[in-house]
Amino acid sequence: MGITLDSKIPEGPIAEKWNKHKFDVKLVNPSNKRKFKVIVVGTGLAGASASSSLSELGYDVHAFCIHDSPRRAHSIAAQGGINAAKNYQNDGDSVHRLFYDTVKGGDFRSREANVFRLAQVSVDIIDQAVAQGVPFARDYGGLLDNRSFGGAQVSRTFYARGQTGQQLLIGAYSSMMKEVDRGGVKLHTRREMLDLVTVDGKARGITVRNLITGEIESHTADAVLLCSGGYGNVFFLSTNAKNSNCTAAWRAHKKGAAFANPCFTQIHPTCIPVSGDYQSKLTLMSESLRNDGRIWVPKEKGDKRKPVDIPEDERDYYLERVYPSFGNLAPRDVASRQAKYRHDEGKGVGATGKAVYLDFKDAIGRLGKQTISERYGNLFQMYEKITGDNPYKTPMRIYPAVHYTMGGLWVDYNLQSTIPGLHVLGEANFSDHGANRLGASALMQGLADGYFVIPATLGNYLADAKLEKLDENHEAFKNSKTEVEERLNKLLHSNGTKTVDEFHKELGHIMWDYVGMSRTQEGLEKAIKEITTLRESFYKEVRVPGEANYKNAEIEKAMRVADFLELGQLMAQDALDRAESCGGHFRYEFQTSEGEAKRNDAEFSHVSAYEFTGSDTAMNWQLHKENLEFKNVKLATRSYK
Amino acid sequence: MNLKLKIWRQKDSQTKGQFEEVDAKGVNPDMSFLEMLDVVNEDMVKTGKEPVAFDHDCREGICGSCSMVINGDPHGPQKGTTTCQLHMRTFKDGDTIHIEPWRATSFPVVRDLIVDRSAFDRIITAGGYISVATGNAQDANAIPVPKIDADWAFNAAACIGCGACVAACKNASAMLFVSAKTSHLGAMPQGKIEQEKRVSNMVAQMDAEGFGACTNTGACSAACPKEIKLENIAQLNRDLVKSSV
Repeated sequence: MGITLDSKIPEGPIAEKWNKHKFDVKLVNPSNKRKFKVIVVGTGLAGASASSSLSELGYDVHAFCIHDSPRRAHSIAAQGGINAAKNYQNDGDSVHRLFYDTVKGGDFRSREANVFRLAQVSVDIIDQAVAQGVPFARDYGGLLDNRSFGGAQVSRTFYARGQTGQQLLIGAYSSMMKEVDRGGVKLHTRREMLDLVTVDGKARGITVRNLITGEIESHTADAVLLCSGGYGNVFFLSTNAKNSNCTAAWRAHKKGAAFANPCFTQIHPTCIPVSGDYQSKLTLMSESLRNDGRIWVPKEKGDKRKPVDIPEDERDYYLERVYPSFGNLAPRDVASRQAKYRHDEGKGVGATGKAVYLDFKDAIGRLGKQTISERYGNLFQMYEKITGDNPYKTPMRIYPAVHYTMGGLWVDYNLQSTIPGLHVLGEANFSDHGANRLGASALMQGLADGYFVIPATLGNYLADAKLEKLDENHEAFKNSKTEVEERLNKLLHSNGTKTVDEFHKELGHIMWDYVGMSRTQEGLEKAIKEITTLRESFYKEVRVPGEANYKNAEIEKAMRVADFLELGQLMAQDALDRAESCGGHFRYEFQTSEGEAKRNDAEFSHVSAYEFTGSDTAMNWQLHKENLEFKNVKLATRSYK
Repeated sequence: MNLKLKIWRQKDSQTKGQFEEVDAKGVNPDMSFLEMLDVVNEDMVKTGKEPVAFDHDCREGICGSCSMVINGDPHGPQKGTTTCQLHMRTFKDGDTIHIEPWRATSFPVVRDLIVDRSAFDRIITAGGYISVATGNAQDANAIPVPKIDADWAFNAAACIGCGACVAACKNASAMLFVSAKTSHLGAMPQGKIEQEKRVSNMVAQMDAEGFGACTNTGACSAACPKEIKLENIAQLNRDLVKSSV
């Protein structure tokens, strides 16, 4: 078919690639930049940073978000921190070490050149954020403080209590609002992208729905940037915000953008466990808690004593036992799987058994309540509000939950998808985290893409894209609008017996049971069948009340779930195809004698990129492979022992 | 537990609204307030009614989307808590709960419990930023910031822009919101340079949006889910005087 995967990785030694590339790319003359209209979809860290940076360069930027204000994007909820290879702690950190840790943490399924660039620009991100007034934690000398995070043995994580995402997003948002003030950025809030419009094979605009009036609008552009986040909500229960969805990315996929590594999902080890059927989302307890908290379960199966009554020698601090060198700071995928094993062994705690303890008793004894409160006060408070338990007195109960999706739209080194003009930034793309993302690296990647990568690479596309002038009366825009209206009407007024959420929860159960922490061939085949059946019944049995010409959450959700029902199938299919275990993708059939992920580098050292070749009634994909070469990091079995 | 809800229903900004009585049955005390509404809404969809529209997103108390007045209190009875983090164990079986949108002229009702808070974005646009373009920054540790200043800035920067302060104020003043931003940026050496212009421009925009005047009753701070302190308003007033002389 039509897609070729050209990663466009520059020649030369890895440490020189990015600088060389910045010199080699074509530039757009400053006075010509304002003639180019750039649409940015999403205003999280990637979208807000890209919008402000591109506007500063002179481009005519139009930013779209589904929220009432761009500041509410889900980046706001990131807690723990942001990595940067500053080596302020003099503990042996370097760009190369951050690069190495990230490639290793991703279980050797990411693109070396992209990761190295990420590590290089990480230091500039911290400088930029501080210049914007981001109130990072500081020591008494007034200098920036760091903490350590999973998968690393150095302290390179910058943080603002447990609200790092909020503070970085407010920094990027305020920077964008500065450009709104100057006239370089136009905001389009409460708009949901429902289609990508292509003309002559290039991305030329989007079709959106005004979520207040219901009007379907066409917006033209010279380039489109998707910064629309990940697709973890395919599981219904995840740590994602309720409105996070895959629709923008999925619609671009169906218009020709390849979807890469869809099965790579991150299950975060430290979330508050599910308490009942009514549960609407899961709340993350920052990984930073693992700096001072110790994770354990009772040694005895089915021990129902209160945690404080279980003596020290009857507790199994299993991460410290299995991984003596990383201990409680083992990477997320490893820590999650170990929690699942404890549950499977019947040693899980709490009413459902689907929980383990995260205990601060020793840390409070060593450092005092005051220090622990300064470090984690807001997290402890949040935990108590949700569960009614006080973590200063009794251990937290935690369990893994879906948190992040490493997969996403395939992009080349310039962050361009397989559709010319469509660039994808942040969690929405696939490029930097391989099969597992390390903690505090999502904020880093979103901001790297928006502040430093896209401003350098977008010009390369626009400089000689030779785009014809067009307006929203162009046939492609009219067709897109009609198609969106048809899709909407297909669901509107459906008078079945089940609610959208009921379908979404059913899909979530299938995904969690068969495409979750441990996957088998049999289970995945079953998942594909069940999802197909569920999708068919969705259009027959769903009930969507109300009209489309005012704020109607049910029709919004219905449109999103319709897309999740397609994406879920692709995730299962990809997980089935990848007959190896790597990072967050754990195939039960492929494990070492110690229960660790067993990679198959000979057959699977590649990115799986899917081209949509089906129709709305018959899902079909063509698999393309981008081979991954490791020239700077030696392929090795990941060990955190 | 079983509850009686009196929920504000309003089709759009042009139409008059009224309370609707809804029974919430079998509520689990571990549910969040929004999960209780989810269950009520699911039931409404199933029985052919239109569900209640409300803003929500992260459900972790940080995005600032949720915005409802519960029994007269913005975000409900629990101090320092957003609606999404309020749990039903705070209520008793048989309680009657009034649920309304933020009430302020500058926040017109969009539908049911949803209001338009874009006025806040316009206030930030008027000066709630530091004028630094990407790529111009010096090393992050080049300017030490005393911990006490950084902590003060952080406490102010914790504002989530939900608008509870406006909803709580009898004058619908936005002073706590504005002062949280000016305090945050003004406390950092990087933000001091523009502080005078920032303060006067943001206050002018606040006035232009139709927010009321501040009479220092402190209702805003008491209702604030992030417990932003009233001292920020005092600081803003000092900065405002400075900027006008």
